[in-house]
Amino acid sequence: MTLLDVTDLRTHFFTRAGVARAVDGVSFSLAPGEILGLVGESGSGKSVTGFSLIGLVDPPGRIAGGSIRFDGQELVGMAPDRLRALRGRRIAMVFQDPQATLNPVLTIGTQMALALQAHGRVTDRAAADRATAMLTRVGIPEAATRLNNYPHEFSGGMRQRVAIAMALLNGPDLIVADEPTTALDVSIQAQILAEMKALARDSGTALIWISHDLATVSSLADRVLVMYAGRIVESGPVGAVLRAPLHPYTRGLLDSLPAMAQPGQRLAQIPGSAPSLLALPQGCPFAPRCAHADAACTAPPPRVERADRHALCHHPLAP
Amino acid sequence: MTDIVAATALTRRFDPHLSIGDRIAAAFGARVETRAVHAVTDVSFTIRSNETLGLVGESGCGKSTLGRLVAGILGPTSGSIAIDGAPVMRRGRKTTTRIQTVFQDPFASLNPRRRIDATISEGPIAHGLVTRAAAPAFVADWLARVGLDPAVATRFPHQFSGGQRQRVAIARALAMKPDILVCDEPVASLDVSIQAQVLNLFLDLRAALGLTCLFISHDLSVVRHVSDRVAIMYLGRIVEIGPAALVYAAPRHPYTQGLLDSVPKLRLDADAVGFRPIAGELPSPLSPPSGCAFHPRCPRATDLCRRERPELAAHGATDVACHYA
Ligand SMILES: Nc1ncnc2c1ncn2[C@@H]1O[C@H](COP(=O)(O)OP(=O)(O)O)[C@@H](O)[C@H]1O
Ligand SMILES: Nc1ncnc2c1ncn2[C@@H]1O[C@H](COP(=O)(O)OP(=O)(O)O)[C@@H](O)[C@H]1O
Ligand code: SF4
Ligand SMILES: [Mg+2]
Ligand SMILES: [Mg+2]
Repeated sequence: MTLLDVTDLRTHFFTRAGVARAVDGVSFSLAPGEILGLVGESGSGKSVTGFSLIGLVDPPGRIAGGSIRFDGQELVGMAPDRLRALRGRRIAMVFQDPQATLNPVLTIGTQMALALQAHGRVTDRAAADRATAMLTRVGIPEAATRLNNYPHEFSGGMRQRVAIAMALLNGPDLIVADEPTTALDVSIQAQILAEMKALARDSGTALIWISHDLATVSSLADRVLVMYAGRIVESGPVGAVLRAPLHPYTRGLLDSLPAMAQPGQRLAQIPGSAPSLLALPQGCPFAPRCAHADAACTAPPPRVERADRHALCHHPLAP
Repeated sequence: MTDIVAATALTRRFDPHLSIGDRIAAAFGARVETRAVHAVTDVSFTIRSNETLGLVGESGCGKSTLGRLVAGILGPTSGSIAIDGAPVMRRGRKTTTRIQTVFQDPFASLNPRRRIDATISEGPIAHGLVTRAAAPAFVADWLARVGLDPAVATRFPHQFSGGQRQRVAIARALAMKPDILVCDEPVASLDVSIQAQVLNLFLDLRAALGLTCLFISHDLSVVRHVSDRVAIMYLGRIVEIGPAALVYAAPRHPYTQGLLDSVPKLRLDADAVGFRPIAGELPSPLSPPSGCAFHPRCPRATDLCRRERPELAAHGATDVACHYA
C-alpha cells in the first residue's frame, strides 16, 4: 500500500536569468507510517520538493510536470480550495523557522482552536482539551496554562514543539518537516527527534524529514533519498545506503564527515562546489566533481536498480 | 611543550543598557530587566605551543565571548589573558598582533566595499609586515596558500561563495603572521563538502605555520577532529577540560556525557542507538541555577549539587567540575 506516489515531478523557476530546474524528474513513494529522509546540500532542491508536495510553490516557480498522487488523489492541478482543505488536515508541514506557521498576534490556544475548527465542528472547550493534550504530547510542560501564551513567550525549542503540535493537531497522514531542528541546539534537537520518532510510530503518521545532516537522517528515517542538482541521485534503506553507497556523491558526502576520519587526518574531500542550476553540465550533473567520471558521463546517467535501491549513475560503486 | 596562552579567572558580564526612563521605572518597581548576563565566569586554562584547544557547548554558553576575550577584542570584567606572560590587553586596548581571529560569518567580518587585496594587505601594511610596494605579491602569495586563484585579488566579497569567503578570512588573519589563531565557528555555515575543504586547509596551514589555536564550535565531531585538548562549557563556565581522545572516549561530567549522547550518530545498522537526549532546557544566563548549574538537568544530582558549586578538579588527565566525577 502506498500513501504518496511521486512520479517524474518537475518544479521549475522561470527567472530572467533562465529556467532553474530546482526539481527535475523526482520520483519516490511512501507507505503509511514510513519515515523518509531527504538529504542534500544547500540548493539541491529539498525545500522546493517539500513545497511542491503541499502545493505551495510561488511564482516564478511552478510545477512544470509529473504527478503527485496522495491516497489515490492527484494533487498536481487540483483546485486550490480542495488542496487547502487537504493541507492542515491530512498533510501538514513543519519548517525550520516555526515563525513561518505561528501567528505572532494570537495566543497558542486560539491558533490551535482555529486550526481544529477550520476542518470540522469542534467546541472551544473540546478544542482547548485537544490542544492541551497535543502540547503535552510534544513535551511542553504545564500545557493548559501555556495555551494563553503568545509565540514569543516560548524559547526556540519550545516554539518548534508548538509548531509540531499544530501540525499534528488534525491527525494528518503525512508530515513534511523541512530542517525543523537545524536551528536548535543538540540537546534540544535530540529531544525533538526522539519525540517525532515516537509520534510517527504511535500515530501511524508518515514523515518526510528534510535535512542536510546525514547523521540525523540516519538516526530517524527508514529510507533515504539523496538529492543533487534537483534529482534524486540515490535512494534506499538508510543502513544499506550508508554502509555501501551506490552513487559516488553519496560516498563523497559520507567521507567528508569528520566522524568518518581519524582525528587530525585530512578529510576525503569532494573537489569543487555544487553547480549552478542555470549552467548544468551535459549528462551527469556531478561529473565535474566525480573521481569516477569518464566520457560516458557526458550522457544522462541511467537509472540503476538494485533490489529496493536505486541510483542515477553510469558507474555505480557496488557491484 | 610550553604554555603560550594563559587565561586566568576570566570573567565577563554584560550589564543591560538602561535608559534614564528604564532606571526610573525600575526604581519604582516596574518590570525592567536590570540583571547582568553572566556570559563567562571564572574561566582559567592554558594552551600549549602548537596545540589546538577545542571549545564546545550549546548556544549562549559563552564560547564567542570567551573567544573574543582571548583574542583581545573584548575586555574582561575581571581576570586576565596573557601570551608568553605578556598581557594581551592593556588599558582596554589590544597590545599584540600575535593573536588573530577567524569568525563564522565571513560576510559580516569582511568589508563589502573593500577589494580582497586591500582586505588582506591593510593590516600587514599598517604593522610594517610588508611594504606597500611588495603588497601585490604578498597578497597573491596568500591567496595561493589558501587555495584561491591570485587573479581574484581585485574582487569584492559578494563575488565569492561562502567557502571562498572563509578562505579569504583565513588569509587575512594569517597574513598578520600570528602565532595564535582563534577560530569561532569557522565552518558552521558551510555545506559538508565545503566544510571538509576548509577543515583540510586549516589542518594544512596549522601544520605548515606551527600555529597554536583556540577552535570554537558547537559541532562535537568537528572539534574532535581538529583538537588536541577540549574544553566543555556550560552556562559560562568550563565544566570539563582534558585530552580530546580521553574526554570523548570517557567523559566524566554528566553534561559532557549527555551532550555526546545527544548528537545523532551515523547509524549503519538499524539496531544501533542513534542518540539519547538530555532532559530539560538551558537555564537563562541571567539567573544561573544554584550550586552546580547543571543540576536541574542532571540525572545524578543530589542535595549537595543543589547547594554547592563543584570546583574544577583534576581527575587523571582531565579537570572536571562535578561532585560525583
Ligand atoms: N524563488 C525562487 N526563485 C528562483 N529560484 C529559486 C527560488 N526558490 C528556489 N529556487 C531555486 O531552487 C533551487 C533549490 O532550492 P531549495 O529547494 O530551497 O534548496 P535546498 O532546500 O535543498 O537548500 C535553488 O538553488 C534555486 O536555484
Ligand atoms: N554584547 C553583548 N551584550 C549583551 N549580552 C551579550 C553580548 N554578547 C553576548 N551576550 C550574552 O552572553 C551570553 C553568551 O553569549 P555567547 O558568548 O555569544 O555564547 P555562544 O557563542 O556560546 O553562543 C549569551 O546569553 C548572550 O546573549
Ligand atoms: S555536580 Fe551534581 S548536578 Fe552537577 S553534574 Fe555533577 S552530579 Fe550532576
Ligand atoms: Mg531548504
Ligand atoms: Mg557563538
